[in-house]
Amino acid sequence: MGVGIEVANLNAWYGTNHTLQDIDLNIPANHATALIGPSGCGKSTFVRCLNRMHETNPIARVTGTVLIGGLDIYADAKPVEIRRRVGMVFQRPNPFPTMSIYDNVAAGLKLNGYSNHHVLDEIVEKSLKNSALWEEVKDDLKKKSGASLSGGQQQRLCIARALAVDPEVLLMDEPASALDPVSTSKIEDLIFQLKSQYTIVIVTHNMQQAARVAEKTGFFLNGRMVEFDSTHKIFTNPSDKRTEDYITGRFG
Amino acid sequence: MRDEHQLRAKLRTLADGAATGLAVLATVLVVAPLVAIFVYLVYKGSVSLNWAFFTHNPVPVGEVGGGMANAIVGSAILLGVGSLIGIPIGIAGGIFLAEFGRGTKLANAIRFTADVLNGVPSIVMGIAVYSLVVVPQGHFSAFSGGVALGIMMIPTVCRTTEEMLLMVPHAVREAALALGVPNWRSVLSITVRTASAGIITGCMLAFARVAGETAPLIFTAFGNVGWSEKLSEPIAALPLQIYVYALSPYDEWHRLAWAGALVLIVLIVLAVSLVRYVTSRGVLKGAS
Repeated sequence: MGVGIEVANLNAWYGTNHTLQDIDLNIPANHATALIGPSGCGKSTFVRCLNRMHETNPIARVTGTVLIGGLDIYADAKPVEIRRRVGMVFQRPNPFPTMSIYDNVAAGLKLNGYSNHHVLDEIVEKSLKNSALWEEVKDDLKKKSGASLSGGQQQRLCIARALAVDPEVLLMDEPASALDPVSTSKIEDLIFQLKSQYTIVIVTHNMQQAARVAEKTGFFLNGRMVEFDSTHKIFTNPSDKRTEDYITGRFG
Repeated sequence: MRDEHQLRAKLRTLADGAATGLAVLATVLVVAPLVAIFVYLVYKGSVSLNWAFFTHNPVPVGEVGGGMANAIVGSAILLGVGSLIGIPIGIAGGIFLAEFGRGTKLANAIRFTADVLNGVPSIVMGIAVYSLVVVPQGHFSAFSGGVALGIMMIPTVCRTTEEMLLMVPHAVREAALALGVPNWRSVLSITVRTASAGIITGCMLAFARVAGETAPLIFTAFGNVGWSEKLSEPIAALPLQIYVYALSPYDEWHRLAWAGALVLIVLIVLAVSLVRYVTSRGVLKGAS
């Protein structure tokens, strides 16, 4: 089951560049939350702070607290533990090119020392079904490389790979921006189904996409969170003038 | 107007043909020496090639027949020892340079050292190993020859491993880390695995290069007219045997030297092809 995320006073830097400033935000469990805003506004940095991927860049720094399911991820946990509980799907599909479809999905478990074949088989099947890819690949699981699939299939493979380690939160950083419209709508259907089991945070440039998949939407601008409310309110009656300007296309 | 169009189209076709022709010419110039050497080797070497060449040891001057069985086995042993030393150290060094030490002073020092080592003349390598291994041991040995070849393999293996690892996309590393895989595990199981085809090519390049080395063996493996497969004793090697036979005044030995050269080249090609075949069997459809 998904868990809620409470962010308080979060600040992040790349070198001297203060990319996130004083973010306070409560992301509800088992819902999809969309983050929108112009390029460079800090929304990608924000999701990378939620699984401590931000700090894999040597010049990056972060302060503040992030509670995931009540656990303070910066004070009380190691990065590898957090990343097992908080899955991530990236902008460009990034399957492991030399691994089979099966090994791609099982990678997170295998590399953490899991080796029971029956259980792995079950988890791989379940994850691929959950990512709506099973029917397309079930005959080639161990024959084809993850890199041999189409872009949209690769992205669903990456979602399956993230789901296989049974996370509580799924972070998606513009998961459909490199895909064609058909693949995009498949990913959106998927988000719709997955939010009953996981807390989903999705960064998107596509405002229609945010309106379609998310209950809550946050608007980021210049490293600050301008407004966070129900998606319906953000898109019909935003409180802040800047949000209104952005969603009506006056800038960004 | 139309004439001008046609003229331009003609010019483009001509330029295209010229560029293609130049590229073909360059390819021929690259391949020609290799083909010429190989054809000449086959022409000169095949006359002395017979079964005895592979099964018999050398015979004294004046006797007919004899082969280089001892040198073939000796070369295999020397290259085995060399690979056991050079490949693990080279790969480990390359992994350090690309993954763990990137940007540190130590890594820069190691990279510089590897590049210098790559440029050290092979005869100097032989003398160095002579004073480091042969003198303390008190005798020439197959082991010391293997050490010399192994050290010569290290820089090539190390630098190609580094280059190949750096070519692995950042996105692949991030994918592994985002699954909660510890960094060391991600490096060994994901990054190295993704780069493995290139790393193997680097190892094969280093192997093929030292397989033909003569100079580093003169003061170490020393050569042996008889059969030996002991690491502690002087051992024969194909390049050494070719060198000795080619410098001799006897026609029979000259012919054997040609045959030895042909066998050396063919064995290197076979070894490299075998490794390529074995390592490519597990590659999946569509893997890049």
